[in-house]
Amino acid sequence: MKLFDFLEETYLALSANKARSGLTVLGIVIGISSVIAMLAIGTGAQNSIKSSIQSIGSNLIMVTPGTQRGPGVTVSAGRGSAKTLTLDDANALKIIASVKAVASEVSGRYQLAAKGQNTNTQVVGTVPIYTEVKNIQVDSGNFITDPNVNGASKVAVLGPAVAEDIFGTGVNPVGQTIRINKIDFKIIGITKAKGGSGMSNSDDMVYVPISTAQRLLSGNKYVTTINVEAENSDAMTTVQADITALLLSRHHITDSTKADFSTMNQADIISTMSSVTGTFTMLLGAVAGISLIVGGIGIMNMMLTTVTERTREIGLRKAIGAKGKDISIQFLIEAIALTFIGGFIGIILGWAIAAGMTYFNVMQAQVSWSSVLLAFGVSAVIGIVFGYYPARRAAKLNPIEALRFE
Amino acid sequence: MIEIKNITKIYNTGSVEFFALNGVSFKINDGEYLAIMGPSGSGKSTLMHILGALDTPSGGTYFLDGKDVSTLSDDELADIRREKIGFVFQAFNLLPRATVLRNVMLPLVYEGIDREEREKRAREALIASGLDEEHFVHLSNQLSGGQIQRVAIARALVNNPSLILADEPTGNLDTKTGEIVLATFQRLNREQGKTIILITHEPDVAQHADRVIVIRDGKIVSDEKNIKKRMLEK
Ligand SMILES: Nc1ncnc2c1ncn2[C@@H]1O[C@H](COP(=O)(O)OP(=O)(O)OP(=O)(O)O)[C@@H](O)[C@H]1O
Ligand SMILES: [Mg+2]
Repeated sequence: MKLFDFLEETYLALSANKARSGLTVLGIVIGISSVIAMLAIGTGAQNSIKSSIQSIGSNLIMVTPGTQRGPGVTVSAGRGSAKTLTLDDANALKIIASVKAVASEVSGRYQLAAKGQNTNTQVVGTVPIYTEVKNIQVDSGNFITDPNVNGASKVAVLGPAVAEDIFGTGVNPVGQTIRINKIDFKIIGITKAKGGSGMSNSDDMVYVPISTAQRLLSGNKYVTTINVEAENSDAMTTVQADITALLLSRHHITDSTKADFSTMNQADIISTMSSVTGTFTMLLGAVAGISLIVGGIGIMNMMLTTVTERTREIGLRKAIGAKGKDISIQFLIEAIALTFIGGFIGIILGWAIAAGMTYFNVMQAQVSWSSVLLAFGVSAVIGIVFGYYPARRAAKLNPIEALRFE
Repeated sequence: MIEIKNITKIYNTGSVEFFALNGVSFKINDGEYLAIMGPSGSGKSTLMHILGALDTPSGGTYFLDGKDVSTLSDDELADIRREKIGFVFQAFNLLPRATVLRNVMLPLVYEGIDREEREKRAREALIASGLDEEHFVHLSNQLSGGQIQRVAIARALVNNPSLILADEPTGNLDTKTGEIVLATFQRLNREQGKTIILITHEPDVAQHADRVIVIRDGKIVSDEKNIKKRMLEK
């Protein structure tokens, strides 16, 4: 028998029973597309969390007042409320080797008012270098300058979200006045949107000179965070240790477990968050795996009933001169055709779901090749094994037994 | 030439052994037109399946053109069926969702014959078996009993076999259609010298053959030349 004839037989056989072929394909499509889509969502979530952490800045170590409780990263409640760190501490850190920049901040939530609008927002008092440490860019106007800090000027730089909330879209509020905690500030700049989300959304903040914040907002000489940027990621651990040592000695503390501040390394945050999203991805993967198994059982079921139902046909083909091999090859090609059609549609559908999620901003889903291979591989193996083996068994029957089969 | 000796076929139904064929022996020369008669359940179809290399006997020997069929492998049996034998089943066994032409071409597909050639031969076979051309592209489950019958015969003829086996080919037909089918066999036998073995339980049908074997309970009870027909033809 010739290859073209095999293909023609396959086409005729599959199109002869469209409902059955369609359902088999559907099972494969659902199994494959759900695995691809779910794993894409998992990977996407992981990446978006990672990139939003990275958007805070790179090689960042954050020093906050208050004690460090327990091992690892502790995001303690009321972080920054303790008063132990000063600008002098921050300046002292600049001498540590491999420190690229130090930007202290005094932040808190305050009432904003302008144009009759009222809102409550995070106000960050800081220094010019903050833009470099935290990766912030200015969209229009300027960021806080050294003269602003030295003169404790009443100027403010708005995050784009704040600007939009208060002044509306498409309006450039630079030059206008905003009341922070009942004090008038002149708006000197708007930062560029970073689109970050979660813990610290830099778009939803207002920046003022640190001196102004201390004098007019917090009313004390303490800082709430010292952001230290290391020169490179390799230096992070040493820098972190040096910071701890230096601050301990400055604060005259000998027992490091009694430190009145804590340091947080950006890498630690990423790894903690990664392990959280990793679990999340595994959970999604497990759900997808179950749907793949269910899909696989559907394929098995279809293939087995197909072959059983077609045992008479196999008998007839053998009776008129088909060899066992002719039958096996035909059914193998049918199984391959079904799984490949299903696999192809499934991959496209899974990919489309992921792309749709991304397009409609539900989440940045990312299709990974390994999930495509995994899903396709599993259903191809199931489809081919369960399409081929029963057919081979039927092909071994003698034609009369097969024809008599009910 | 067909030569069977002491053929038995045993079916195990539960614990009991059932002899569907119990020591059947005969010789059939090339070009003979033979009818096998017998009541229902006497073992006619069973014998036919063995003669058609579709089934293997439980005991005895079967020589087809000098070859011992009982020693052949599965694939070699398939070759014999494809090259030498045309089979018309009692239940016609057409592929239901395929067209008439496709059904008739199927043996040629397995023989690896070219598309055009096999369509040509399928049409010839269908015309020879008396099916109207308008039905060639119909699906086989859209045909009447008599039409299905003729398609089944055409399929048996299409690979130009030297031996044609037909199991109750007129069983479901009215007398007139039955006569047409029988005339086809007669023609194949007389004009093309094909060996024809016909199963029937109707004596009238058996009268068309040159020789009649009667079996009952898996045994031959008579094997005679059909004198009456000879006389009629002379
Ligand atoms: N696969 C089988 N298993 C068990 N018994 C069988 C099997 N096939 C046939 N038989 C038995 O063998 C006997 C002969 O069957 P066969 O089909 O040869 O009869 P037949 O002469 O063709 O009858 P009919 O004229 O009704 O077609 C029957 O009694 C039948 O029950
Ligand atoms: Mg019968």
